[in-house]
Amino acid sequence: MQGGLTMERVAEKNENLWLMVVSPGIWAAHFLLCYSTTAVWCAKVVGRDGPLGEARMAIAIYTVLALAGIGIVGWIAARRQSYGSETVPQAFDTPGERHRFLGFVTLLLSALSAVATAYVGLTALFIQTCH
Amino acid sequence: MLVQIIAQNIRRHRIGGLTASQRRLASARSGRICCRRQGRKVGSLVVLGSLLVLAGCSGPLSTLDAAGRGAERIATLFWWLAASAILIWVAVIGLTVYAVRLRPEPHSQRAAKLLIIGGGVALPTLVLAGYLVYGLSLLPDLLQPAPPGSLRIAVTGEQWWWRVRYLAPDGEAVELANELRLPVGEPVEVLLDSPDVIHSFWIPSLAGKLDMIPGRVNRMALEPTKTGVFQGACAEYCGTAHALMRFYVAVEEKEKFARWLARQKQPAQAAAGPLARRGQELFLANGCGACHAIRGTPAEGVIGPDLTHVGGRLSLGAGILPNEADDFLRWMARTEDLKPGVHMPSFGMLPTQHLRALAAYLDGLE
Ligand code: HEC
Ligand SMILES: [Cu+2]
Repeated sequence: MQGGLTMERVAEKNENLWLMVVSPGIWAAHFLLCYSTTAVWCAKVVGRDGPLGEARMAIAIYTVLALAGIGIVGWIAARRQSYGSETVPQAFDTPGERHRFLGFVTLLLSALSAVATAYVGLTALFIQTCH
Repeated sequence: MLVQIIAQNIRRHRIGGLTASQRRLASARSGRICCRRQGRKVGSLVVLGSLLVLAGCSGPLSTLDAAGRGAERIATLFWWLAASAILIWVAVIGLTVYAVRLRPEPHSQRAAKLLIIGGGVALPTLVLAGYLVYGLSLLPDLLQPAPPGSLRIAVTGEQWWWRVRYLAPDGEAVELANELRLPVGEPVEVLLDSPDVIHSFWIPSLAGKLDMIPGRVNRMALEPTKTGVFQGACAEYCGTAHALMRFYVAVEEKEKFARWLARQKQPAQAAAGPLARRGQELFLANGCGACHAIRGTPAEGVIGPDLTHVGGRLSLGAGILPNEADDFLRWMARTEDLKPGVHMPSFGMLPTQHLRALAAYLDGLE
């Protein structure tokens, strides 16, 4: 009976899939933001020979924020996944199982998104100019 | 060397003047299937196959046969990737053999979980992160432009040939085509663009490839480390004759290069001999000068390649033909056959005598 949810309350609740796509969404937004920030920086601000400078700072901040966001989603997902006393596999057609299963999927997607976001952020560690 | 080995191997396949397929036919007719021979045949096919694969690693169009700074880095990266791919393959096959043959009985849940999470999640993440870091750490150096004051060459991707301009420091440009000559050991800045469609400029032995995009000038730094003749190609599908859009790159000692460039700056030499002089007249009379320039003559066209020193090039028609008088003749007479889609009309309707004179003239423009 974790998270203050009782079996009945789960049964009543309409499960939705939105939380599942939040982490990949954060990854996509992070990627797009990094890309467009650098593009505008190099094309409009410092020119093609200029340093990345503040743009790298911005990417670092985006990355920290994105990882924090994904972390929060992952934490919620982890709680849902361990709801109740059952363990994996989530194989039964019951509201509780569904709840756990969606939590599990969200958790895995969050892990994947975190790795992908970190990989994107890593670029800014190495590339220092607009070349 | 490799080529010789392969040739020997192929020859060995033709015992008693029969090719492999003829022998197969003969043994099928006599109703005899010889397993040992079959086995040996498979064996030598494997050898032949791997030799062919290895032969692909060398040659004038290979990054693995690196002759430039960029290509050297890329080749090292490739070998690391190849090595770890082989390691992973051996590990996976080893595990399979272990699970199927050596210990087929069930294993503990814990060991299985460890393998899946360790080998399936943690290891790939770490290995990929390692390679990402390695690859990214190569980039700043690979993307570093040539230092100011370096030789600059503008290369424009045309359909389907390369317009090449050597830019002197004073802003004067020497226009050439379909060939690059570079001084060994010196960084060179190559400026890439295109008037209409996207091409990609690639000299595998020297560096990575870079797109030529209309409306944009991309820069690439080349730094050849070995002398020799290499090849380049268009690496982005650009139309009918894309596969026939090649060029040669000669990396030379500094003095030899300087002499070559000085010569390229000169206008064309005068036609020598009656045949070549007749060729020059025909060149102007047949309208070649509307598309081609020959500096020092009334021919000033800019649609096709500059022909001022065309006879001194290593190839013809953007790397598809050798550069002998006969090849000039073939090119003019069968342009469209040699390069489908080409933007030069064939001149096969001209009498052979005229074509011969034209060929003598152009071949003499060294
Ligand atoms: C309509 C324009 C046009 C005319 C007219 C024309 N050419 Fe061309 N020519 C081209 C183009 C374009 C190419 C490049 C073709 C390619 O490689 O894709 C070319 C290529 C060549 C080449 C090969 C150059 C190189 O660098 O390898 C030679 C040689 C040549 N032309 C000779 C002639 C002669 C001789 C005539 C006259 C009999 C002639 N051309 C008339 C457009 C023209
Ligand atoms: Cu092409």
